[in-house]
Amino acid sequence: MREVAVVGFTQSPSVRREPDRNEVEVLIPVIHALREQTGLSSADFDFICSGSSDYLAGQSFAFVSGLDAVGAWPPVCESHVEMDGAWALYEAWVKIQMGYADVALVYGFGKPSMGDLPLTMALQLDPYSVMPLWPDAISIAGLQARHCLESGSMSERDMAERAVRDRAHAKDNVNAQVKGDFTVDGILADPYLANPLRKHDCAPISDGASAVILAAGDRASELCDRPAWIRGIEHVCEPMDLGVRDLGRSRSTEIAAEKAGVRSDKVDVAELSAPFTHQEILVERALGLGDSTTINPSGGALAGNPIMAVGLSRIGECATRIWSGGADRTVAHATSGPCLQQNLVCVLEGS
Amino acid sequence: MAELTAVVGIGQTKYDAKRLDLSMPGLLREAAERALADAGCGWEDIDAVIIGKAPDLFEGVMMPELFLNDAIGGAYKPMLRVHTAGSVGGSTGIVAASMVQSGVHDRVLCVAYEKQSESNATWALSIAVPFSLATVAGAGGFFAPLVRGYMRRSGAPEDTGIRVAVKDRQNALKNPLAHLHLEDISFDMVASSPMLWDPIRYLETCPSSDGACAMVMEKESLASQRSGKVAWVHATEMKSEPTMFSGRDQVMPQASLDNAASLYKKAGITKPREELDCAEIYVPFSWFEPMWMEGMLITEPNEGWKMTYEGATALDGDFPVNMSGGVLSSNPIGASGLIRFAEAALQVRGMAEAHQVDGAKRALGHAYGGGSQYFSTWIVGSEKP
Repeated sequence: MREVAVVGFTQSPSVRREPDRNEVEVLIPVIHALREQTGLSSADFDFICSGSSDYLAGQSFAFVSGLDAVGAWPPVCESHVEMDGAWALYEAWVKIQMGYADVALVYGFGKPSMGDLPLTMALQLDPYSVMPLWPDAISIAGLQARHCLESGSMSERDMAERAVRDRAHAKDNVNAQVKGDFTVDGILADPYLANPLRKHDCAPISDGASAVILAAGDRASELCDRPAWIRGIEHVCEPMDLGVRDLGRSRSTEIAAEKAGVRSDKVDVAELSAPFTHQEILVERALGLGDSTTINPSGGALAGNPIMAVGLSRIGECATRIWSGGADRTVAHATSGPCLQQNLVCVLEGS
Repeated sequence: MAELTAVVGIGQTKYDAKRLDLSMPGLLREAAERALADAGCGWEDIDAVIIGKAPDLFEGVMMPELFLNDAIGGAYKPMLRVHTAGSVGGSTGIVAASMVQSGVHDRVLCVAYEKQSESNATWALSIAVPFSLATVAGAGGFFAPLVRGYMRRSGAPEDTGIRVAVKDRQNALKNPLAHLHLEDISFDMVASSPMLWDPIRYLETCPSSDGACAMVMEKESLASQRSGKVAWVHATEMKSEPTMFSGRDQVMPQASLDNAASLYKKAGITKPREELDCAEIYVPFSWFEPMWMEGMLITEPNEGWKMTYEGATALDGDFPVNMSGGVLSSNPIGASGLIRFAEAALQVRGMAEAHQVDGAKRALGHAYGGGSQYFSTWIVGSEKP
């Protein structure tokens, strides 16, 4: 396999609502900052790949206008996945592996504030038998959390501890949306939003975008003093039907982590995009993370959740900690679908 | 550096206006099972699944690949969902090929589909978005001015499009899977059909179809051991440009010309009309056959219509185009690009039956989408490149 590294990363602040900018206008400064960061221009990108969802924008081909942010002229080699940008990064990594590209631009963006996100997500469910009931995304996650609690594998206190940790970490992240000093007891005194989930167990609804540059071998070393080398990247999808899955663990994350070699060495930092506290616990366990790992130093998805970009941002956050020398080995996680249906795991190393 | 890759299995559903006998998972599974049977594989032999379709609003399901994945054997495997506008079917084939070409996977399954009967594509393409000009014209209204522009600059006879429509529907009569089987298709029948978006008549447009297309691809060391014929992937290419900007040539987009030049270079082709035996081109409106003959550098600028007029693109012509009946005869939008890629592979495997081009050794598959701005193409051959 070719050595490929993350050499550039920028993101917009995660905000509850971008009232004045459309998706392209959110994306333009992100791409512009990435060009400044790396000194690259559109002509330097052998391949471009993006991730977004038409249903967030409420229109078909919503990603097409993203090309305007890139400045795709002269014409570019480009593709798009209807998935989080983390999977767009995977496709770009594959293109570099096959020798089609040496340098690739990847971006993801979403503006869920234009609709009712928990209800929009109901449209992901089986359209014949489940979706007509309009189960919203928080209620679906609540079913999973209840299962985890009833099985005795975690407590509401365990869940609240994740919210406290992530929001405290986020105080150092200028791009985070929900941050501050909370206490477990204070959170547990809050009312339920969708029993057993409280507001603090849920990721915020965020508008935002992020972008990453991948480069191969010597090109990566030219562009970055300490590239964040991708040493494992794997993704696995489970069936959607909640009745055929073990909701008390994240089997697909376990398989991806095993194939990516997460446990073959210590993990200094992990960035998780689990959008609910109980899911964060499930992902921590599936990755086998222990006390020696700093989890979500950025605050993770619980501090800012720009859907379709949040997974890509986790890879970027991990990379920045390698670049700075603050970490030698990091693990990024992305997820999609109800109750952690589909998961991607990416191992990044500094040497 | 890339691993050599081959198409070893192809499966298609019967295309029809309404496949009321199947759910969406059933539709994909019908195509996937046929591809696996063709490849002599089981579900357990597939390393990863690539799913492609056009906008989610076409069926009203957000990211439907998530609920479809296990119907095509994707449970606990890697799955990617491709979406690049109308070119998506072609892009799906290219992404699937890249999974093998990169050495990441040994054998992959790709499936592209659309079940247009479960929603309304023209509605889904015409939603008024705040702060944007709503054309509410569907695809035909968007492309009609481009066709008019082509007619003006090329001086093509007004009946060129009619001739394409007749030819493709005649080819469809040889393809039992095609949606439209117009037994009495004729020049007069097309000419007298209602004008929908001047200059595009009703019978010069594609139908709305339900259907799915699937392919199994695998690496050289596996494909070389097979006794049956496989289609070797000689080259793939994708190019995109923005929808509109001052000076953009929407009739003959630079992205199309760049895509063609890059594709032929990779395949070692210098004279495409001579070195390719046939082509399946994305022609949703009849006039796009002559337009893409030029856009794919198969003939000189403004002369594409001559190929149609001289019968070169007929099944027995010197450069057959759309042997399957093309998009004009079957159009499950998200699958339409992959069907083009699959037909090219069927031809070089000698498996196209009544619509087979004798001795086809190298074939072009082509798809485009958006506002004539996304292009995905491949060349496959009966021999290794």
